[in-house]
Amino acid sequence: MSDVKSVTALGGKSFGGLVRVAEAPLQGMITVRGDLGLASVKEAATGLTKAEMPATGRIETGAEGAIAWMSPDELLVLCAYADAAPSVPKMEDTMAKDFASAADVSDARAMFRLEGALSREVLAKLSPADLSVEGCAVGQMRRTRLAQVPAAIWFTDDETASVICFRSVADYVFALLKTAAQPGSAVGLAPAG
Amino acid sequence: MLILQCPYCGVMADETELSPGGEAHLTREGPGASDDAFHDYLFMRENPKGVHFERWRHAYGCGKWFHAARCTTTLQVFGTYKAQTTEPPKDIRDRITKARPGWTWRDYA
Repeated sequence: MSDVKSVTALGGKSFGGLVRVAEAPLQGMITVRGDLGLASVKEAATGLTKAEMPATGRIETGAEGAIAWMSPDELLVLCAYADAAPSVPKMEDTMAKDFASAADVSDARAMFRLEGALSREVLAKLSPADLSVEGCAVGQMRRTRLAQVPAAIWFTDDETASVICFRSVADYVFALLKTAAQPGSAVGLAPAG
Repeated sequence: MLILQCPYCGVMADETELSPGGEAHLTREGPGASDDAFHDYLFMRENPKGVHFERWRHAYGCGKWFHAARCTTTLQVFGTYKAQTTEPPKDIRDRITKARPGWTWRDYA
């Protein structure tokens, strides 16, 4: 098993339309659950990523990754794919005395990137969330749904969005994004900025 | 369309991002309860036309349960508050009184 090569759900498929939609390369993702006020939980998350602890509903980027606030007792730590599995036992050690846990979910999720001025519009077609510049500013983590499946969306700048969904629905989400980004299907919302 | 603010993550969540959880502030009658009390807990709901208190879960978001006070006829939302609350908080009740003087719901007014 150990020499099985890791692959992303869709092998990095991409599509160019209103915006460029591409499956992101392998991304390390660790779910940390516990009381986010605990020093050990903070240490586990910030130690790996060198990012600050995110405030409610935010995502903070650091030198080695990012930390996203997912719920009052859950963080999603983004790191290099190769770092995720070895980091989990270290984080568990850091949090050993507390009621908290870490799990490597890298292979249970899929991630997409949208690049282009109409990124907000393309995503807004699929989600009930307010994805305007005011409603979902850069650095905010918005957990919502894309059509029928849960997704987490954040903007790294005004024209670039990242989307994380469950790996089992990666194909569905990619099809959704492709449809929403069909050339000629712009609905004329004001583009970002 | 109903939009509720999740009191945990602050997100303005659309109805389709939420799961309905029925009436709020039920007393769960367990073993040892009288038949009447258990019957009322199982079957008797308010079903009001007007002010109502409900439980919702932010299913497509942070996953937390919370309470909402709203009007069933106009969909006006009076406020949302955390699940760790056994009765409607004072500030929410005051807000309802302002918008709907004379309202009642169970023993609250």
